[in-house]
Amino acid sequence: MSSAATTQAGRTSPRGRDWRKRGDRIGDMTLYAVCAGAALLGAVVLILLAYEVTQSAMPAIDKFGLGFLTSTDWKPTEQFSVFGAGSLVYGTLVSSFFALLIGGPIAIAIGLYLSLLAPKAVRGIVSPLVELLAAVPSVILGFWGLLILAPFVKSTIEPFLHSTLGFIPLFGKPETTGSSVFTASLILTIMIIPIISAVSRDLFISVPRDMQDGASALGATRWEVVRGVVLPTTSSGVIAACLLGLGRALGEAIAVAQVIGAGSEIHVDLFKTGDTLAARIANQFPGALTELHLASLYYCAVILLVIGVASNLVASWIGRRFSFAGGQVR
Amino acid sequence: MSREAQPVGAGDRPRAYDPAAPLTATGNLRRRQIFSKLTEFAATGAAFAAIAVLVIVVYTVIARGAGAISWDFITKSAPEGVAPALVGSAIIVGIGTLIAAPIGVLIALYLTQYAGGRAAGFVSMTMDVMNGLPAIIVGVFVFTFLVDTNGTVGLGQAGWIGGVALSIIMVPLIARGTQGVLRLIPKSQSEAADALGVARWRTVLSVILPSALGGILTVTILSIARAAGETAPLLLISSNASVDQVSINPFEAMANGPVRIYQLSEEANPAGFSEAWGLSLLFISFILFASLGARAMVARSKRKISS
Repeated sequence: MSSAATTQAGRTSPRGRDWRKRGDRIGDMTLYAVCAGAALLGAVVLILLAYEVTQSAMPAIDKFGLGFLTSTDWKPTEQFSVFGAGSLVYGTLVSSFFALLIGGPIAIAIGLYLSLLAPKAVRGIVSPLVELLAAVPSVILGFWGLLILAPFVKSTIEPFLHSTLGFIPLFGKPETTGSSVFTASLILTIMIIPIISAVSRDLFISVPRDMQDGASALGATRWEVVRGVVLPTTSSGVIAACLLGLGRALGEAIAVAQVIGAGSEIHVDLFKTGDTLAARIANQFPGALTELHLASLYYCAVILLVIGVASNLVASWIGRRFSFAGGQVR
Repeated sequence: MSREAQPVGAGDRPRAYDPAAPLTATGNLRRRQIFSKLTEFAATGAAFAAIAVLVIVVYTVIARGAGAISWDFITKSAPEGVAPALVGSAIIVGIGTLIAAPIGVLIALYLTQYAGGRAAGFVSMTMDVMNGLPAIIVGVFVFTFLVDTNGTVGLGQAGWIGGVALSIIMVPLIARGTQGVLRLIPKSQSEAADALGVARWRTVLSVILPSALGGILTVTILSIARAAGETAPLLLISSNASVDQVSINPFEAMANGPVRIYQLSEEANPAGFSEAWGLSLLFISFILFASLGARAMVARSKRKISS
């Protein structure tokens, strides 16, 4: 009873109020400082990351310069010790490009289906299932790709493409194993489809209904509405979505390392083995032979970092500019 | 192709006027409608193809992995079971969550409560960049910074450092997700607290965070599901571990599921493959159930808000 009386007195007495005010000021400042500190931490980690990785790459950067990007010699053993990431840059770009070429249109079509065509009940089931595809860990997808997809690609898809489109040098004779740039592209396709389709679905939903109805009223078919209204109004966002997917494909290390076959030459033929920057790091980093070997792998990481950050920044800039949430995970 | 060269369909022939005939499109309109229908089919097909891939992957993992799974598989160490990898993964992901969840929530609070336009733009940009960092780069960085014995700190491989690496991957996911949750909280709630003269920090702790708790939990579960399958960083940070006995000491390298699957997939050994399928099944079912459960929670809370 008496304690209740004193707190009552404490609340109303001027001194008690002062104390509480001071406490609140300290509390406010503390919370602000902690929140702002956490927000700054992200930037600190990024700067530290860029610094550490570049610093470790310095020996290779000094030795090989920009020629590293085009040279295709990668001989880690002590007596040679020459490194060039040309074939890796090529493999990275080619595998990601083909993934985007196959996956982009499919993902955009899925986005269109989910936003404009699917009945609400179907959308409620299909939409999370497509997103679940993104939840499959890359190592499991890569393992599946190695044991299930690669043999199938070798026995069925590659002979078919070779016999029908073999006049294009991209589709050469099937190799003895299914591990190839082509298989890696297919795995990357599977990985980027849910990313692009989720973002583009949200974009298409945001297209004003009135504009679509207007086009329909003028006699446009459903496809013409999409072609004439939906895609033009969202094109910048769709490009940003594709860039996000591309960024993901460029940086994927594990699944690609499992199925690409770790070849060191540049082949036009997609059915031959190749390697990417990220996969090479995953493969050789733990057992690097020499200091220079390690530094060259760091150099690969720097290249990857620059490409990855650039594609994300552009996507996020387009996203912010045209007000949709770039890079957001749902 | 010129117009004349096209085969003339039945619809293109001029017909006598028949008022009783059903209204069907002819000529150009008919072609446009058919094309439109075809694109609709293609879009539907694309959606179901994506689901088919998911079903095939999950089915293969179940079909190949179910045989390997038994009580011994889960509770014993190598060669019978994979308990060390399960325990190691749980501890590493747990440490990652303990680091990432508070930081992510604080960043989201900063973005929604304090940041002005430019600061918010800058912090969102850092989150976008962190979110887009290739996992292998995160691994290389943390390896250089903390693990490499010739490097800055040089601690050698350890489970807790793997947790740190995973937290770098989880923070942007949690921050982004929590930001979305905090935006959903009606402004009137914090305004009511402001009107009563409640200090901002008390409002945050006693009004905003409690009503966002469910959403924050959902977001955290989703990011755990993502981190649990992350392989690339752990390959550099916690890979030289014994799978012969369960270790709960996070200050040494710990066996973990993703790295184990990766290592087994690189060896061409049928027994190893079967162990890898079993591990894959355990991980994929945990991840899919966690994601589905979290999504169901989101759907339920959304219904609650809208009703």
